[in-house]
Formats: sequence, structure tokens, C-alpha cells
Amino acid sequence: MYDFEFERPRSIADAVKALKTEEAIAFSGGQTLMPTMKQRLAMPSKVVSLTAIEEMRGVRQDGSGIWIGGATTHATVARETKDSYPALSSLAARIGDPAVRARGTIGGSVANNDPSACYPAGVLASRGVIVTDRREIPADDFFEGMFMTALEEGEIVTAVKVEVPETAHYAKFIQPASRFPLTAVFVAKYGDGVRVAVTGASESGVFRWTEAEDALSGDWSADAVDGLSAPDGSDMISDLHGTGDYRAHLVKVMTKRAVAAC
Amino acid sequence: MPKDGGIGASTKRREDVRFLSGTGQYTDDINLHGQAHAYFLRSDVAHGTINGIDTEAAEAMPGVLKVFTAKDFEGVGGVPCGWQVTDRFGEVMQEPKHPVLAEGRVRHVGDPIAVVVAETLAQARDAAEAIVPDISDLPAVVDLKAALEDGAQKVHEELKSNLCYDWGFVEDNRDAVDEAIRNAHHVTTLELRNNRLIANPMEPRVAVGDYNRANDEHTLYTTSQNPHVIRLLMGAFVLGIPEHKLRVVAPDVGGGFGAKIYHYAEEAFCTFAAKALGRPVKWTSSRSEAFMSDAHGRDHVTKIELALDKDNNFTALRTETYANMGAYLSTFAPSIPTWLHGTLMAGNYKTPLIYVNVKAVFTNTVPVDAYRGAGRPEATYQLERVVDQAARELGVSPIELRRQNFITEFPYATPVAVEYDTGDYHATMDKLLEMTDHAGFEARAAESKKNGKLRGFGLAHYIEACGIAPSNLVGQLGARAGLYESATVRVNATGSISVMTGSHSHGQGHETTFAQVISEMIGIDANQVDIIHGDTGRGPMGMGTYGSRSIAVGGSAMVRAAEKVINKAKKIAAHLMEASEGDIELKDGKFSVAGTDKEVAWGDVTLAAYVPHNYPLEDIEPGLEETAFYDPANFTYPSGAYGCEVEVDPETGKVEIVGFAAADDFGNVINPMIVEGQVHGGLAQGIGQALMENCAYDADGQLISASYMDYAMPRSSDLPMFKVDHSCVTPCTHNPLGVKGCGEAGAIGSPPAVVNAVLDALNRGGHKVAHIDMPTSPARVWAAMNKTPMAAE
Repeated sequence: MYDFEFERPRSIADAVKALKTEEAIAFSGGQTLMPTMKQRLAMPSKVVSLTAIEEMRGVRQDGSGIWIGGATTHATVARETKDSYPALSSLAARIGDPAVRARGTIGGSVANNDPSACYPAGVLASRGVIVTDRREIPADDFFEGMFMTALEEGEIVTAVKVEVPETAHYAKFIQPASRFPLTAVFVAKYGDGVRVAVTGASESGVFRWTEAEDALSGDWSADAVDGLSAPDGSDMISDLHGTGDYRAHLVKVMTKRAVAAC
Repeated sequence: MPKDGGIGASTKRREDVRFLSGTGQYTDDINLHGQAHAYFLRSDVAHGTINGIDTEAAEAMPGVLKVFTAKDFEGVGGVPCGWQVTDRFGEVMQEPKHPVLAEGRVRHVGDPIAVVVAETLAQARDAAEAIVPDISDLPAVVDLKAALEDGAQKVHEELKSNLCYDWGFVEDNRDAVDEAIRNAHHVTTLELRNNRLIANPMEPRVAVGDYNRANDEHTLYTTSQNPHVIRLLMGAFVLGIPEHKLRVVAPDVGGGFGAKIYHYAEEAFCTFAAKALGRPVKWTSSRSEAFMSDAHGRDHVTKIELALDKDNNFTALRTETYANMGAYLSTFAPSIPTWLHGTLMAGNYKTPLIYVNVKAVFTNTVPVDAYRGAGRPEATYQLERVVDQAARELGVSPIELRRQNFITEFPYATPVAVEYDTGDYHATMDKLLEMTDHAGFEARAAESKKNGKLRGFGLAHYIEACGIAPSNLVGQLGARAGLYESATVRVNATGSISVMTGSHSHGQGHETTFAQVISEMIGIDANQVDIIHGDTGRGPMGMGTYGSRSIAVGGSAMVRAAEKVINKAKKIAAHLMEASEGDIELKDGKFSVAGTDKEVAWGDVTLAAYVPHNYPLEDIEPGLEETAFYDPANFTYPSGAYGCEVEVDPETGKVEIVGFAAADDFGNVINPMIVEGQVHGGLAQGIGQALMENCAYDADGQLISASYMDYAMPRSSDLPMFKVDHSCVTPCTHNPLGVKGCGEAGAIGSPPAVVNAVLDALNRGGHKVAHIDMPTSPARVWAAMNKTPMAAE
């Protein structure tokens, strides 16, 4: 790790100010940033921790949806959404291990947009909106590709809003080493349509499998997925743990299982 | 019932008190006054020519004491290899120099280029970034067979080729085996890979070098399984320090699994630099460094052929193996695919003709050496796979095919030069089938099918060879060391006992089990006995812990020393009781005179030895301390039957182990609970190899499983509840305790049992799959079911 300054502001305004320093970086739990810094692969001049900002913490009802502060830990989300949104609670409860869940936050996860992270799938399928210090961005426009988002320089994810579906399920098939999703699918059924969001599989990060959404919007059953061909494997990640074709196959299997489990 | 604390008692491990309460003293806990810190700059390319290393800017950085490169080691020897193999043509192996720091070339990712020693680790690391190595890339040698092609890039320019040796065993059997296979009724052939592994002990390697100018003494604190061997190798071959001026201490060591047997360059560096700088020098490996600098394990590519007659008797076995040595020869590397592998190819079977060919190959990868089991897992895996496949091809029961070919008469001389002293393979097979409720398998398989899963049962029978010996034989085979063990039993005046053993405990529980043996022999409380190990300054010459040798060899040395102590104590007791020595008996800590009520306590005799007022000074010396060296007459041969039941998810290829049982014959057992723990650990590592672990390089020699993000270690939730039994006992016939060793068995017998179970499940499900290479990851199992090629590695 290189030397750096550390700030722990108490308000969003102070955080935004602190992030104006050159090479400053936002830190929201640090479950990706910390190992990166320890490996000396990142050398921020200043680390601005967001987790002491009260207005960015907690989970509350927000009309028909749920508002989750950006600095809310996975453990808190898992606990607080147990009744209001069980599928999201279950997603949060299965991220990493207890230490990761006690530190990692939803804002950090969506801002990082790891192609194998769990939250991007949950937020995208749940018609999520990413709230920042300056605007609201629909999840459809927010996740732009592997580790890429619509965030501007110094922009902070202050909250994530999701719509609660009629029913939903997150089916995760883990990569045996990291236990991140090798491929995972979040299926959410709303009164006016179904969303299917896939993480872990694509070279372009989280994506919606629209063919499955169309099929399931017409016929809400695992059989409806059976009739589809798996998405194209050539755009999928191919590595030590599986080929693109394998991941494409898993997209279909996990979608089917997610629907069956709803 | 075993005596409390004696042989056979499940005494709780005394060392766990400090391990579990955070009071263990590991090498990284040692911080010496004035200590400086070393940081190794390692190659990030697999192969390249070093044109120069500019250290000027780094030398000027804050806190830097010195930047070392190969230039500083010109008068220093290479890191030695402890075993010289002779090939099938009578030539000795090719043995390149393994410099402490890379000389002229880097040969694997992780090869050390330079070392910064600075006041703090952060300063050393900062300065290392200012070093400018000028390296021109060379083509990387990664594939074992391509490495041996004509015109292949050489890893060592000064050698004839990348072939370390071409070994044949038994060479005189070669033609007869060829002919038997040509004329066989049936031949089953498999080509398989024994996947490369990284040991991953919980504690990474650490070295602290210290030098005392006043008396010219060096001390090295290191994470080693065998400090005496390090003293010998480093002192005699690398740095030229005589034993009496070099002390090596391996305090608490957090797991070894083989990777901490070897003498490593970092140990020599810290010892050397401490004298050069006049400061203690410490190096602690990061986990990332461990992946690219700890010796790796396994990595064999094998073709195996099993010939059978029309009655399904095994008639001949032929294997051809390419064994990866990595870039340099690690301490015992050449012996692993040869003498610890070829000699085990008979397994539990009376195959009359066997020929083993091994080509050891240099590549631009981390050196490969022994890892839990070392050669024996590789032998067992291929043999138990081919036997299973033969049963499938012939449509016979894999259990019956094994039983029919079991060795049943002992001693049994195999066609691969070893003689098994005892064993009862039918007994362990019977026990296994009982433990796994084999009779109920079909019902369970039907239940799985209802749930959309494919259930399979796989078994393996293994033979192990522990306590490699005797020394005169291993010397003929190329070992450059003896393979005895030593012990000093020091009885103190009040009767308590300190045992100095050359065996090293790094998780095995010797401090408990060795004390149990002494407690049993003398009849005193085990708490009166301390086991001291891991310090060349305290114990006699020792050979350390590896190859499941500690109780069989180290324990035997201790028994011999204790017998000497008891014999002397009996003389003293005879004097005290004015009786004849021949009438003295020792029981429950008391000496008595046979046929009388005369007795004298152990403590009174030991006190007399040190306060010899009433003492036969004219016949025996005062004091009560004896040393013994024990050189075994033969290996010991544990054996056992392992059974694995799996469920395969046909949609994802995921394998779940739903049952695992191990029926082992370890001979006599000192502490059943510790033996059980050893088997559990071995099984976890074997199942890890079979299902998950894979050390992979890409075509450029980059290590692509270089962290826990990609190297899959088994976790408790990946493993079933194990059923473990060691009630089948055929005691070893040639050591005093009748013990065989249990440390590696789990890792030897389990991989083929798992893979056999996976294949059984697939074949029962209608997938005609002959073999899947380990690890049988979901992607590989799915690919095998769907015939889709695997991603390039």
C-alpha cells in the first residue's frame, strides 16, 4: 500500500468537497479497493470514506419501492429487506462472507460494477434507480459495461431505489474459487412485465436477457424458458472456470431455476 | 481400554492450547533488535535474458541499506538438489545451477531478480519499484511434450535439452512388459493429467537471518519441516558455514504439506545478508509471493496401459509419464516421479510385469517438488483410474475386479523392487463396503434420479510407502542424505523427561503423541514429558518430517533411546534394591523386583542418577540421558479402501460429494483422534485436488491461478461429513511400535475415488465418458457430458 490521506466526512456535501482533490477516491466499504491498494495497483492521494454519512445509511419504504442508502452494508440490507423484498435480502445475504457483508455496501458495489458482482443484477432486474449527489440515473442507463458506469468524476452514489416486484428470485451459480457468480440470474415479475438480469457471464458486464423477459412476460413458467435457445456464447467470459458457451448455457439454466423458485 | 495418556488414548492435543489462544510462536513473531527488512523483486515474465539491472536510484531511496543482485552472490553456491537420479541409459540426470538470485536469465514468473534490504518493509518495497531491470523476453517453455521436441527453446542454455532424465523402471522388464501387452486378451488405456497444485499452508514462508560477530555464529529462523536438513544444505552447499557456526530454528510452523521441506533461496539470502550488513534481516512472504515461489506439487501427464487375460487377471502394466520439474530442481524434486512413484505402481495388485517410464522436464514454471503424498498420489490415481475403466470396459464389478487381483500373501515382493511386509486388503474393502452401506446404493441412486441428479459410487484402494529407508539403499538410488531419525531422551533429576526429536511437528501433534509413547513405556504421566523439536541447537542431527515418517522413524528412534534409558535405570534400581538387574521390572512408574514386594519409584531412581551418593559409580556413569539413531529396515506400507458417493447435477455439471468413507490400515495407532484428524485433512486436500484445485499457466508462462480469486481451495462446505475407520490393523513387522504412518493417506486414496464416482454417475446417466481430468469442475463435467471443448488454459 502507498501512503494516502484518509477522510471520513459526515455529510454528502463534505464528501463531494473532499473528492475534488486530485486523485481522491471514494471508499464505501473497500472490499474491492482495499485489496487493490494493498497490491499497489491503485495509488489514490486521498481516500474518502462514505460510511460515516448518516444520510447515506439505512433502508426505508419509498412509496411502492425501497430506498437503500448507498453506504448501507450488505448485512443491513439482508436484515432490513427480509420481509419487504425477500429476493433482494437473499442476494445480499449470499455476497461474500460475514466479514465482507459487514463492510461492503450497495453503493460501493454498483459504483464498481464488477462484471461478477451480485448487486448489479438485483438492481437492474428491480427497475432500480441510482441516486447520486447530483441526479437520478435509471439502472438501465447506469451500468455501461465491465467496471464502467454512468458516474462522472467525483460523483457519489448516495442511494439505490428499487421497485418491489410481485415475485422474484436470485439464482446464483458460484465460481468455485472466488465464490463470486460464475453466472447468476435475477428474475423479477411485475404486473406489467418480467425482468431478467444476468451477472457473471458477459464480457460487457450485467445485462438483461430480453428474449427471456419477452417469453416470461407472455408465459410466466420455467417451461417458457425451456423453449428458448441460450444467449450467444461468443460474447461471454471465457476463462479457467468455464467457456463462454458454458456460461451461456448457465444463463438459461439459472433463469429457469430462478423462475421455478419464485 | 488404553491407559489415560498412553498408547491408544485419544488425548487432546496439548499444542492446541497455544495455537488456539494466539500464543504460538511462529517465525514471523520473531523480531530481533536492529532487524532490517528484505523485499524480493521478482520476475513478471516467464523467461528472459537479463541485460542489466540498474539499482542506482533504488540504492539512494530513504532507508535503503543495500540492493543485492546476483553479482553479490558470485562466491556463493547454488541452491542444491538432494537427489541424483540415474536414467535408463546409466547417465546421471541433467542438473542445472539454481542460483540464489537469477543469474543472466529469469526462468519463471516469481524468479528473484534483486532484493532490497531497508529499515522498513515499506521502504524496501518503494525502493524495489525504483529498480530498473533490463530484460529481453525469450519464448516460454510451458508444455511438457513440446519442451522435448527438437529445436525447442531451452530453459537452461548450458544443458543438452529440457530433459532432466528419462527413467525406466524396472528397465530389465521393459521388453517382457511390451510383449505381455502385445499378447494380452484385453488392454485398457488411459491418458490423464495429475493436476498441478499449490500447497497453500496457512502460514506463508518466513526467514530471519541473524549473525553474531563476537563468535562468528549464524542463526536462521525459518518456516521449515526439517531445520537440520536446511542447516546441512545451506551450510555445506550454499554459504560454506560449518554446522557448529550455524543454528537453524523452525519454531511453530503453520502447516507445511511438503512445501516447507526444501531449502529455499530466501533462507540463504537472509543468512548471507545478515552477515553482509551486520543486521538481522527478515523476509515474510506475502500470499501472492507464495503462489509464485513456494514449490508446487504433482503436474504429471501420463499414459497408462493395463493388460488382462481372459479371466480378468492383471498380466502387465505399462506407464509413460512426463513429469514437470519447473525451472530448477527443488531439493527432492527428481525423486518424486521416480522412487516415490514408480515403486508404488503395483498398488494392491499382484500384476506380475510392470514397466514405468518417466521423462522429467524443465519448463519456465515454479519448481515442482513433493506435496502431501508426493509421487504416491500420482501412482495411485492412474492405477485406480485404469482399474476402474477396465472394469467398465469388461462389464465387471470394479470391486470384484480389484478383489480378484489383490495381493493376499505377505511378505510380497512386487516387480517394482519393494517388499510389502503386511496388509489385508480384503479386510479394508469389506470394512469400506459396510461403512458406505453399499447394499443400499441402488435405492439411493433411484432417489437421486427422482430429484434430477445422477448418483455415482467410486472407490479406490491404495498402498502407501512411508518412512523412506534404509539409508544404504536410498544412497544407491541417488539420495544425497541418510534417512534415519534421531532422538535424545533426557531424564531430569526429578523424573520429568525432555525428548529432543529430529522429527518436526507443524500440525501433526507430535508433542502429544510422542509423549504418549514415553508415558506408556515408563508409566509416568504424559504431562511429565516434553517433546522438543525444531532447533538444531537443542537436538541431535535430525532428518525432519515428510513422507509420513515421523512416528515410524522418529518415533522408533525415540523408543530406542527410551529403551536405553530404561535399561540404565534398571541397573540403578537393581543397585538401590540390592537385587539382580535381570529381576527388575518397570511398571506404572515403579521398579520392582520380580517375586518380591520390593519397589522403588521412577523419581527415586532418576534422583539417584543425578545425586549419585548411593550409586554403582564403578559400573555406570551418573546421569540419565541417551541418544539413539534409527535407520529403518524397510518402508512401512499403510493401505486402505476409500469410497466416495457423488451427485452430479446434469444441467450444470456440478459435483456434490454426498458421502465419503475411508477404511485405513495404519498398523498400530498411538492417538486415534489425531489419526482421524490427519485423515480428515488429507481427504480435504485430495478432494480439493479432485474437484477444485488447479494451478494453471497460460502459453506465455503466466500463472493464471495466482490468487484465491482463481485458485479454488476446498472449504468445509465443499466437503461431506467423513466416515473414518482404522480398525483394520496389520502391524508393521519391522519397527518397534508396529506403526505405519497416516499423514498422507487421505490425499493419496481420495482423488481416484472421487473421479471414479463422477464417472460412475455419468455412465449410469448414459454418458459414455471414459475419463475427465482433475479438477472435475462443473465446467469440465458439463463439457464432458456435452463434448464441448474446455477453455484454453
